[in-house]
Amino acid sequence: MAAVAGTERADQAAVPPGTARRRRSRPPAWRWIILVIAGAYFLIPLYAALRFAGFKAFPSVLHQSGFTGALALSVRLAVITTVITLVLMVPTTVYVHLRLPRLRRLLEAVTILPIVIPPVVLIVGVLQISPGSLKSSANLLALEYVVLAMPFAYRSIDAGLRALDLRTLVDASNSLGAGWPSTLWRVILPNLRTAMLSATVLTIALVLGEYTMASLDLYQTFPVWIVNFEQTSGPVSVASSLLALFVTWLFLMVIATLGSRRAARTGGSQATLFSVVRRDTGGTR
Amino acid sequence: MAGNTAVAASPGTIPGPGGRPGAIALSVLRPVLRFAGVVPFTVYVLAGLLAPTVAVAVGAFQDSVTGKFTLSNARIATHGIYLEGFRQSIELSLLSAIIPGVLGLLVAYAIHTARRASVLRRIAITASGVFANFGGVPLAFLFIASLGTTGIVTGWLKDLGFNIYAGHFSLFTFTGVLLAYMYFQIPLMVLVILPALEGLRPAWREAAENMGARTWQYWRYVGGPVLAPAFLGCLLLLFGSAFAAYATANAMTAGALALTPIQIGTFLNGNVLAGQQNVGKALGLGMVIIIAVVMIVYTMLQRRAARWLQ
Repeated sequence: MAAVAGTERADQAAVPPGTARRRRSRPPAWRWIILVIAGAYFLIPLYAALRFAGFKAFPSVLHQSGFTGALALSVRLAVITTVITLVLMVPTTVYVHLRLPRLRRLLEAVTILPIVIPPVVLIVGVLQISPGSLKSSANLLALEYVVLAMPFAYRSIDAGLRALDLRTLVDASNSLGAGWPSTLWRVILPNLRTAMLSATVLTIALVLGEYTMASLDLYQTFPVWIVNFEQTSGPVSVASSLLALFVTWLFLMVIATLGSRRAARTGGSQATLFSVVRRDTGGTR
Repeated sequence: MAGNTAVAASPGTIPGPGGRPGAIALSVLRPVLRFAGVVPFTVYVLAGLLAPTVAVAVGAFQDSVTGKFTLSNARIATHGIYLEGFRQSIELSLLSAIIPGVLGLLVAYAIHTARRASVLRRIAITASGVFANFGGVPLAFLFIASLGTTGIVTGWLKDLGFNIYAGHFSLFTFTGVLLAYMYFQIPLMVLVILPALEGLRPAWREAAENMGARTWQYWRYVGGPVLAPAFLGCLLLLFGSAFAAYATANAMTAGALALTPIQIGTFLNGNVLAGQQNVGKALGLGMVIIIAVVMIVYTMLQRRAARWLQ
């Protein structure tokens, strides 16, 4: 086993992924045309909204009635959702990678479902079957957000695991006498830090932006508050949604930067969001 | 390569201390125990995803008042304004899968050809993560501020001599919603197609070039066929995402555009005739059926894509 892993390592050292990728570094003109058009399509509406809101609206966002309560609720839901998502998805994904690799495609198919099953339909069913004690609590939303976050969380963690030589790590850890809990906690989790961070940020972005379920379940989360407050003051409402957008983006940027710096230091591959560096000699298929 | 098969042949069977009493019982239990690790996840999906969907499906065939079996909900849901809702939803989802799909592929390829650690790439990928989750009223604001009757872009175009509101255009119709949907559909496409682009190995391109292939020949005979199944799979995913979208259309058209998710929302808000509440569930079931068909096609395509990219 160790010998097998050894040759794999050697193969990779000989052909590191990502190098010699493009021999010719002629930057094609069409690339810039596309990026400029895409940039215009995405930035002009942002600029328009910024101008509509005016910079004066930004400071006043903080002391609008209902803002703190709505934000507190959204943050609370985000924390609960993230904790449950990580506790549920990380061990499951690691376990499937190690012990049941044949289930990986099934898991991929199952975790794509929440993207396509309409949240409108889901909330109708949830409100019908959930017990009364749960129905009268906002925590019900958090439990459902875990389901909505699964596609993003699973893909981030899966990408992180694929970039690792998981089998070798686990074997090495076991042969040094570590049990399963210790291996998971002290070997696998530290290696998955980047993947877990991106899963966390995507989950938080989702919870902070989710409107459909919250509004139909009649809870005043941050996005619902933005909509309701629009009748009071349009500019403030626009300013707060822009603020939420920029803060999430900033978070993601920080994480991507940390991730790539770490990858550069260790010489390992990088896993951000959905993108995975393919390994030609992956051990777990 | 021999190493691969050796590893694949031992999918995680950690040799435990054998030969003890009870080893036989363990050997019977082991196949069952192996699945123990996925039990929490399975239970969660069953309770949080499957049970609500089944509840909707069952409710679709129950009378709203008596709870007895009936087909009248399904009949109402497939006629008149609701049929129109399905038609428009499907049309909107098709268009906002294909157009952003192609554009997203181009953007993803442009990002893909950028240097691996470049700032441009990092900004583009993180921005995709953020914008793919953007939607609803904030998105509606963005488009009203730029393309509404007094929007900035409308003003620019007017200065150039184009009055987009002279014709039939309005932001609050089908076209406007389509334009807004692209704002989260293109980033979603970038996110899901990038891994497939990373799977195109440089060696293939080099081999093709060594044999004298031009760029278009490489894409026609090598890159295109390899990418095609993944691309179609991503299109279907975009279709599902547009089909499920509720908040954006609701905010932009205030329910004026007949789309199935919005119609279901009105049933939850209680703005419907008494005794018809379960029609909303029939509509929901209709959406799930359409999505199920899409998903079956999607998994079939994924299987082909995976075989290519092994």
